[in-house]
Amino acid sequence: MYLEVNNHKTYCYTAGKAFDATKPAVVFIHGVVNDHSVWALQSRYLANHGWNVLAIDLPGHCKSEGDAPASVEKAATFIAALLDAAGIGKAALVGHSWGSLIALEAASKLGDRITHLALVGTAFPMKVSSALLDAALNDPMVALKMINVFSRSTLAAPPSSLGPGTWVYGSSLALGRRVLASNPKVNVFHRGFKACDDYANGEAAISQVTCPILFLLGAEDQMTQAKSAQLLIQRAKSSGKKTQVVNLAVGHHQMTEAPEETLMVIKEFLR
Amino acid sequence: MPGYADPGFDTLSLHAGASPDPTTGARAVPIHLTTSFVFESSDHAASLFNLERAGHVYSRISNPTNAVLEQRVAALEGGIGAIATASGQAALHLSIATLMGAGSHIVASTALYGGSQNLLHYTMRRFGIETTFVKPGDIDGWRAAARPNTKLFFGETVGNPGLDVLDIGAVAAIAHDVGAPLLVDSTLTSPWLIKPFDHGADLIYHSATKFLSGHGTVIGGIVVDGGSFDWERSGKFKELTEAYDGFHNMVFSEESTVGAFLLRARREGLRDFGACMSPHTAWLILQGIETLSLRMARHMSNTEKVVAFLASHPFVSRVGHPLLESHPSHALAKKLLPRGAGSVFSFDLKGSRNQGKAFVESLKIFSHLANVGDCRSLVIHPASTTHFRMTDEALAGAGITQGTIRLSIGLEDADDLIDDLKRALKIAERAAEKAGA
Repeated sequence: MYLEVNNHKTYCYTAGKAFDATKPAVVFIHGVVNDHSVWALQSRYLANHGWNVLAIDLPGHCKSEGDAPASVEKAATFIAALLDAAGIGKAALVGHSWGSLIALEAASKLGDRITHLALVGTAFPMKVSSALLDAALNDPMVALKMINVFSRSTLAAPPSSLGPGTWVYGSSLALGRRVLASNPKVNVFHRGFKACDDYANGEAAISQVTCPILFLLGAEDQMTQAKSAQLLIQRAKSSGKKTQVVNLAVGHHQMTEAPEETLMVIKEFLR
Repeated sequence: MPGYADPGFDTLSLHAGASPDPTTGARAVPIHLTTSFVFESSDHAASLFNLERAGHVYSRISNPTNAVLEQRVAALEGGIGAIATASGQAALHLSIATLMGAGSHIVASTALYGGSQNLLHYTMRRFGIETTFVKPGDIDGWRAAARPNTKLFFGETVGNPGLDVLDIGAVAAIAHDVGAPLLVDSTLTSPWLIKPFDHGADLIYHSATKFLSGHGTVIGGIVVDGGSFDWERSGKFKELTEAYDGFHNMVFSEESTVGAFLLRARREGLRDFGACMSPHTAWLILQGIETLSLRMARHMSNTEKVVAFLASHPFVSRVGHPLLESHPSHALAKKLLPRGAGSVFSFDLKGSRNQGKAFVESLKIFSHLANVGDCRSLVIHPASTTHFRMTDEALAGAGITQGTIRLSIGLEDADDLIDDLKRALKIAERAAEKAGA
C-alpha cells in the first residue's frame, strides 16, 4: 500500500493485509541499494501471524517518491513521520545495515513509541572504505559487485526469497541495479553509503533507546563485521538495556542467505 | 563461500547451489527421490503454502536436487534464479504461459528449432496467442513486427540449424522499446559460449537435454530469469503486477521487485501445468554441468577441425558455420561468441537427396538420430526429421534445403571423425555413379 508521508507517496509492503489497529506494528527498514523485498521471508510471515507489517521503500528508492535521505538522522525523521501517517502509536523497528542505523536513530528519538529494536547486520561506526565510496559514486556497477561479494557467505543458500532455486548473489545484484535505476536524480548508492560513513551518533543514540534491543549479526559478514557491532552492544548492556545478541553463520545477506533462522530470531524477539 | 572475488565459471559449475549434505556428509549432490516433504506443524505447512517461508512441499513444485540445478544454472548464466522443467519445450511453454494469455502476440525468429516453431505457429495460436516470425538478422523486421499486444520477443542465440547469430543487444533494445522482454534459447551455446543476459536478454532457457547434460541420457529444460525486466514499468503484464486470485491475491511484483516472473512461473505454471523435472534427471544434468567447460572446449576444437575439413572437400557445396568468413553471421559471431558459435551446424552436399541419404547411412561413428549436444557425434537430415512439418517456404526461411545435413560434433578424436566423414562422402559420391550406371 501507499502512504502519504511528508507529501510524498511512500510504498509499504503489507503482504496484502489491511491495517488493523488491534494488532502490534513492525516496520522493516532496508539497507543501501535494497528495498522492501529483501524482507520477503520475514515480513510476509509476521503479517500473517498477528502483526501490522510495514516493509518500506525508503524515500527515493524504487516505489517511494521523495528525496533519498542524505543522512541517518533525516531518514530517522522520516520513520517518525511514517508512523504518524500510518496512525501507528507504537511500533517495533527492524533495520538491516544502513537501515539498522536508521532504526537505531529513530528509536532514540521516539522513546516509548518503539517497542522493540532489531539491528540486523549492524556496526558502529559504519565506516565505508574510500575505495568503495569512490566506486559507488563513479562506477556503481563495479561497486555493486564488490558489496555482493563481501556480503556473500555461501554458494549454496537454502530456499530463499524466490523459493527454491533462488541464486541469492544474482538476485541481490539485480535488486541493486533496479534500485539504482529507480532514481535517475540521485545516486542512492553513494548517498546511502555516505550517510552510513558520516553517522556519528550511534553511541549516544543507543543510550537513549528505551526498548529491548536485538543484535542479529553474521559471523562471516565482511560488510559489517560482527566485531564492529561490539561497541554498540557494550554500550547497550552498560546502559542497562535488555539486550540480545545472536550470531548466525552467514554473511551480510542474513535475510536471504538464512531466511528461516533470521525469521525465527526476529519472531522470538518480538514475542 | 566468503571471499574477495567472484568465483569463476568452473568453480560455479562444481559448487553453485551445493554444499556437503549436513545430515550425511555426502559430498556429491544427493538425489531426493521423494514426492513430498514432512511439515513441522500445521502452521509450518500453511506458511509454506502461503510463501511466508521458503521450503519444499511437493516435488512438482520444487525439490532439493532440482533446486541445486536451478541455482547452478542461474549462477552460470548470471541470473537471479531458475526453474527446472520436464524438457526444453516445457521451459518455453512455461515462459509463454506465465507471461500471457489469449489475445497476446509474440515476435520470434524464423531460425528456430522445429519444435519451437510448431509450438508457436500451431499450438499457441490455437490458444489465441499469435506469433509473427522475423529473420533473425532483419533488425528492421523485428521492429516492424511489434504490435500493441506484443508481450515477448524470442530467438535462439544461434539459430537452428543455420547458425544465424542473434544480435541480442539490438533485438533486446527493440523489445524493451515496446515494453516486452527478450527470451533467448541458449541451448546450442550454453553459458560457456555466451551469457545472453550480458547482452540484454531478459529470460533464457535451455533444453538441458543437450550440452548442459551432455551425455544424451535425459530430457530436461530450465528457464532462467535475469531479474532485469521491469514488469511494472512495462505496464503490459497484469499477470505479474496485479493481485492474482489464483494464488492468495498475491501481487508478484510487490513480493519480489526483481523475481516476479519466477514466483508466478513456479506457483502457477509448475503447479497447474505440471511439467516438472524428475530429481534423477536433475542429478544427471548436474553431473554433466560439472564438466561443461571441459566438454565445450573439446566440442569447439573438434568443430574447428571438422569445419575446416568439410569446407575444403570437393563434394561439399556449403558449410554453414560462422567460423567461415562466408557465413553471414561471421562478424557477429566473432563479437558475441569469441569462444565459438557452437558445435551443431549444417552443410550441403553436391548431390541428390538420395546421395545425402547414402551419406548419412554410411557414417559409422556419427549416429543418425534426432538430438544434438551429445558427447557422441550425431547426424541428421532436418528436412525429413526435425523440421518435416514445415512448408518449403518456412524451411527456406530457416535456411534449410532438402539436401542439408546437420552435424553435432562430439568429443571423439577429431581425426576419427574426419575419417568417418571422408569415407561417407566417398560412398555418397559413388552412389551418384551407381545411379547413373
